[in-house]
Amino acid sequence: MDPQEPILQAEDIDLAFGAVQALTGVSIEVYRGEILAIIGPNGAGKTSLLNVINGVYRPQSGRVVFLGQERRRNIRPYEVARQGIARTFQNVALFKGMTTLDNIMTGRNLHIRSGFISQAIYWGRALREEEAQRTRVERVIDFLEIEPIRKTPVGQLPYGLQKRVELGRALAAEPQLLLLDEPMAGMNVEEKEDMSRFILDIQDEFGITCVLIEHDMGVVMDISDRVVVLDYGLKIAEGTPDRVRTNQDVIDAYLGVAHD
Amino acid sequence: MLDEIRAFACGLAAHGLQRGDKVAIVGDNRPQLYWAMMATQCLGGVPIPLYQDAVADEMQFVLDHAEARFAVVEDQEQVDKLLSVWERCPILETLIYHQPRGLRHYDEPFLYAFGAVQQKGRTFAAEHAGFFEAQAAMGTGRDLSIILYTSGTTGRPKGVMLSYDNIIITSCNAAAREGLQDDEEIVSYLPMAWVGDHILSYGQFYCTGFTVNCPESGATVLQDLHEIGPTYFFAPPRIWENILTTVMIRIEDSAWIKRKMFHYFMDVARRVGTRKLAGEPITWAERLLYGLGHVLIYGPLKDNLGLSRIRMAYTAGEAIGPEIFTFYRSLGINIKQLYGMTESSVFVCVQPDGQVRPDTVGTPVPEVELKISDSGEVMYRSPGVFIGYFKNPEATAETLKDGWVHSGDAGYLDDNGHLKIIDRARDVSRLADAEQTLFAPRYLENKLKFSPFIKEAVVHGPERPYVGAFVNIDLEAVGNWAERQGLAYTSYTDLAARPEVYDLIQNEIERVNSSLAAEPQMAGAQIQRFLILHKELDPDDGELTRTRKVRRGFIAQKYGNLVEALYQADDHIAIEAQVLFEDGRSGVIKADLQIRDITPVAAEALVGA
Repeated sequence: MDPQEPILQAEDIDLAFGAVQALTGVSIEVYRGEILAIIGPNGAGKTSLLNVINGVYRPQSGRVVFLGQERRRNIRPYEVARQGIARTFQNVALFKGMTTLDNIMTGRNLHIRSGFISQAIYWGRALREEEAQRTRVERVIDFLEIEPIRKTPVGQLPYGLQKRVELGRALAAEPQLLLLDEPMAGMNVEEKEDMSRFILDIQDEFGITCVLIEHDMGVVMDISDRVVVLDYGLKIAEGTPDRVRTNQDVIDAYLGVAHD
Repeated sequence: MLDEIRAFACGLAAHGLQRGDKVAIVGDNRPQLYWAMMATQCLGGVPIPLYQDAVADEMQFVLDHAEARFAVVEDQEQVDKLLSVWERCPILETLIYHQPRGLRHYDEPFLYAFGAVQQKGRTFAAEHAGFFEAQAAMGTGRDLSIILYTSGTTGRPKGVMLSYDNIIITSCNAAAREGLQDDEEIVSYLPMAWVGDHILSYGQFYCTGFTVNCPESGATVLQDLHEIGPTYFFAPPRIWENILTTVMIRIEDSAWIKRKMFHYFMDVARRVGTRKLAGEPITWAERLLYGLGHVLIYGPLKDNLGLSRIRMAYTAGEAIGPEIFTFYRSLGINIKQLYGMTESSVFVCVQPDGQVRPDTVGTPVPEVELKISDSGEVMYRSPGVFIGYFKNPEATAETLKDGWVHSGDAGYLDDNGHLKIIDRARDVSRLADAEQTLFAPRYLENKLKFSPFIKEAVVHGPERPYVGAFVNIDLEAVGNWAERQGLAYTSYTDLAARPEVYDLIQNEIERVNSSLAAEPQMAGAQIQRFLILHKELDPDDGELTRTRKVRRGFIAQKYGNLVEALYQADDHIAIEAQVLFEDGRSGVIKADLQIRDITPVAAEALVGA
């Protein structure tokens, strides 16, 4: 982790949907190689912030700088992906009818050079590319320990495994920055431990920077390097997990106090 | 491959391996681990494979007893286990791993990567020209080639010492008799510490040069089997049974027309298939019908299971249910029984083609002499007979006398010269009833386990007036049955306690009793009281060996109060049992177990039936 080098800077983001102000003047920095958690009550604007970083939403004002380059105002999401940001979704957006392997292969889409016709006929360059991509995808499958379900249609998998496959698809894109939207939602303790281990391994083995939205405070305090707290579209705190945990504003807005 | 082995061997030499040193091998089946075995042997060392699912303490016993100096293991899990007992194995010096995942931050000075050892080896080989070849040439057939520790059903494991001659001669004799070719494909999924894998994936590989395929992981074996389509396959009866159970469950779940077709054509197969496989004549009509069945059912079914190309399929270790045997043979899968043990380098008897029946274990393999002692014990002498038990001359003297091995199995030769095994000789005894009925526990337990709903059974009888039984239900089969009945259940313990499940099992036991009543000597051995255990018997708890054989003495002791309850009048008993979880922690399970009585079938009632 290098404090001097933020790979992403979002400055003064304002985002509104008609009269609803989702984000007001939110600025965050993400440093290379860290795990940053974004927490806050429901409706605070966490997913909206992720969507802005992703290029899905265009903020009314403010700018996003990624890898030292300021982003065009009208950038498309796939261009953002191509630059090196991948994400997972709160409600699992996999292709339910396709197998695990095929789903993760779609994550390699941006790295494929051959055109539509060439891939349809599936020979020569397209064939070689497919094999190269398959090799990379196998590495991801190996890392996430999902070999036994390689050929299973994703729709038949239990929820926890679907989330893992989605993580695999995001990893297959070889991003520099990984956005995870509530990766632990709907999981039991054992599954959360597994997922936490994978996120930590991603940071350790691949050096990928992670930004995650999470409600499970135990997970947040355990695995994140820094925490940003949002409430009603405003950033109300930022810092290490311990600092944020004891911040009075955060306690009032979100964490609450323990009853005796 | 020679390159890889030579590089690793020289690497071991560079790390100080001397002739006669022991090298422990632990992990799932991997080419690299087999190469490590070969490399060790080329330098005159002795590989000591361990069961990969053994807990650290079990490993420590073997490592220390065998005096292993080196350990070559697969992954982080094995590394962690060995590190946890490292202090208690003073002779162990070097730990080599193959799969680096998770080991990046481990800084033990004695820990090396497989690839790194090979690199060192290449440098060593360059500096010492001809070293590898010279070392390999020094080995002779009578040298110790491997020590395989048998998972003891009683007491501590014993190290069976096998020579190169033991392995090679037995492997070649069996390969020749069964007609193995160099284009066979096998899937090597059984533990490397087990003699069966050592002969099939290693000894016979040396003889014939066929292809050995290692599955990707324990969880993917069935899929890998499907992809590879082996031609030569071994599985213990349990696995053949599981496959059949899974197939039946899936058939019951499928559409009406598929079920109808399946049952119709399986009927055809049973009438025609076994005869066809044995080479007996069948009519044109039968041939046509079977052919149609092949296209519609048998072919796709076998393909789905990965068994389309099977030329030789074997089973051994326990009795196999006749229905299971018939099922596979009627599909055209040439499943045969064989008899052997670690001390014999496996092959003692094999069923020849055309003489396959579910109740025998076959005729002796070339160069094997077989005889039955006066007390009914099976004894044999062959080039595959082991050298002795490592550091255990008393046990060796008990088992090996004059070159003859006292197998400890009770058996007899039938009219066709086939060997029939009854039970472990020491387990055969008599009941304390009026007729002094013969009590052969495994015989009874096997009959019980032929039922798809019963996964494991332990019967009690010596010095008792009647036979009592513990039963473990098969979670998949009984769970499936329960769902069809609309019975909800939460866990194994919950399902095992249900009265409906007790009824189901009682039914199965009554069927076994009927079949026992039909045998003159066995009528008195009918099961008269039983209970269903609240948890599955498990090797991790010491109740089964690593090859899943029942450890009778241990169970009688651990569940002593349950055994007593079987011989009293109460219809239920409370129990508290200690269990060992996979990570080494222990816990307590409490349950209240129902005990049921069964009225034995009178032998006379069946006469004239």
